[in-house]
Amino acid sequence: MKKTPNDNEFAKLLAEKQLDSANAHLAGIIDSASAGDVEKAIAADCGRYSLKRLATMLSPMAENYLESMAQKSMQITRQRFGSTVQLYAPLYVSNYCVNSCSYCAFSTQSSPDRIRLSIARACAEADIIAGEGFRHILLVSGEDSKFIDVDYLVKLAERLRSKFSSISIEIYPMSSSDYAKLFTAGIDGIAVYQETYDRSDYAKFHQAGPKSDFDWRLSTLSRAGQAGFRSLGLGFLIGLSDWRTQTLAMAEHADFLMKRYWQGRISFSFPRMRPAENVAQEMFGHMVTDSQLSQIMMALRLCFPDSEIVLSTRESANFRDNMSRICVTRVSAGSKTNPGGYGTEQGALKQFEIDDDRDAKDVAAALKAKGLEAVWKDWDSAFAK
Amino acid sequence: MAGELIIADRKFSSRLFIGTGKYASNKIMVSAIDASGTEMVTIALRRVDINNPDDDMLAAVDWNRYQLLPNTSGARNADEAIRLARLAKAATGVEWLKLEVTPDPYYLLPDGVETLKAAEILVKEGFIVLPYINADPVLAKRLEDVGVATVMPLASPIGSNQGLKTKASLEIIIAQSCVPVVVDAGLGTPSQAAEAMETGADAVLVNTAIATAGDPEKMAAAFKKAVEAGREAFLAGTASIKHTADASSPLTGFLRQE
Repeated sequence: MKKTPNDNEFAKLLAEKQLDSANAHLAGIIDSASAGDVEKAIAADCGRYSLKRLATMLSPMAENYLESMAQKSMQITRQRFGSTVQLYAPLYVSNYCVNSCSYCAFSTQSSPDRIRLSIARACAEADIIAGEGFRHILLVSGEDSKFIDVDYLVKLAERLRSKFSSISIEIYPMSSSDYAKLFTAGIDGIAVYQETYDRSDYAKFHQAGPKSDFDWRLSTLSRAGQAGFRSLGLGFLIGLSDWRTQTLAMAEHADFLMKRYWQGRISFSFPRMRPAENVAQEMFGHMVTDSQLSQIMMALRLCFPDSEIVLSTRESANFRDNMSRICVTRVSAGSKTNPGGYGTEQGALKQFEIDDDRDAKDVAAALKAKGLEAVWKDWDSAFAK
Repeated sequence: MAGELIIADRKFSSRLFIGTGKYASNKIMVSAIDASGTEMVTIALRRVDINNPDDDMLAAVDWNRYQLLPNTSGARNADEAIRLARLAKAATGVEWLKLEVTPDPYYLLPDGVETLKAAEILVKEGFIVLPYINADPVLAKRLEDVGVATVMPLASPIGSNQGLKTKASLEIIIAQSCVPVVVDAGLGTPSQAAEAMETGADAVLVNTAIATAGDPEKMAAAFKKAVEAGREAFLAGTASIKHTADASSPLTGFLRQE
């Protein structure tokens, strides 16, 4: 009965519910949702997640109810989180990558402007970030496991601990024992996006490198949860597969993790396909509009009232500011998506072009104008020592 | 989900578990158990004469029809509960165990600290542990972490017939649990049992309300129907409809600028 993190429990669940492939039954619920179904789904008890309720709120019919969903989302978000939005900044430590994801600028196939930051240079970048007021930092890297390994991350975290109250990572999947080491070193948050929960699409976009292992990636957050991480971040790359099915699969993943790693908080991120070097946007057939992305975010808020909803600088200032009023609880600001980008290394390869290029102060001021307080710190890893 | 309840790989079609205390006679008890349609019957080891295989209470019931669930009723701490559990296993050969640790003799409220301690040890010894607990969502998760087969939160103090006094906490336990949730203790009427099932409980355990009814056999049959009705209502979904549509769009107007 005791949970072991490396089994494929969630992969089995996903297959059972037919969420790792096309699902005619769910498509039926989505396509045939009536006005009454949508009204009932929106009005249901706050926090009652069910696949059917979420599917109904993702339906074409629900597009007519976005304002109702927004009103209720705002009410829940203010009740659970108050009028606050947490700010964080990403620190890219390496753009080397052994994978060849066909949508990513860091793919091995693409250009040679590669940089790895030494611990000292990473710390210099972090100083700039801290100087802007940030106390939450996210370490990001391509799959560069020869250089950005556990020892590197432990050493870096130990150096950053005194400057930041919380350190998170968004890097390649690791083992449980590695996560335990990172957690001990002061890293307490993780984001690992499945990219797509559809097995055949996944295989199509991830043909080589360690990332081609769908199941290893799928069980990553279970391993981090087992290690005690306080924040478990989910997402899929919006644009790779049908967004409705992907949202449902991600919600099932959240529900699964919440029940097993109940001491961690779930966060949802919404990386949407953006123009990147050497990547043609036309090759992806599932792009979503701002309206549809807002529908995804609000439907999740209604089903998961206490989960973090995160928006990065991939999105426009207008979209970010307006969605922060409704349901977003964490945003990045002033981000540089190339290693060394905060300091002198302007020319290195960026993972993607950001849209919202305001600095942190401007983002905080824009939030203030919407009646929201920017929060730079709400936990300190020193409490857990 | 619509189908059978599974606990430790055993399937149950009935979601009503029955206790065996407080009956006026074994004969009445057997007829009530039969009428309830139950497949799980709990029995207090302290009531059984373990040196006598023909003990009245054990011999009265046809154990081919029911899963025997010995309980540690009377234990006041972990040590006593563990001792009772081992004796129960030795006497009956059954590894199933309803773990009860109730230090106070008046309300018989369960001691969460001692229950967790005993559960951890007994799970390691191979018992299938079903712990009786207060409706404490964090304790329920802690017990799940040590490997219990279900959690059995109380609806209200045992024997009190007060119904679902702990509903708000029960809802959290049900939402979070990875193991079946059996609402145990305090259910005084079939309607209260139905309410527990409508709330999403996987099963309920009833003793006093049946054993002390005017006609226990008839009351057992009534609980059977109530539990089935409550389960069906839960599966059918009981949302109320409220219209919140708004003609103007103060929050989403920006989307039309696309």
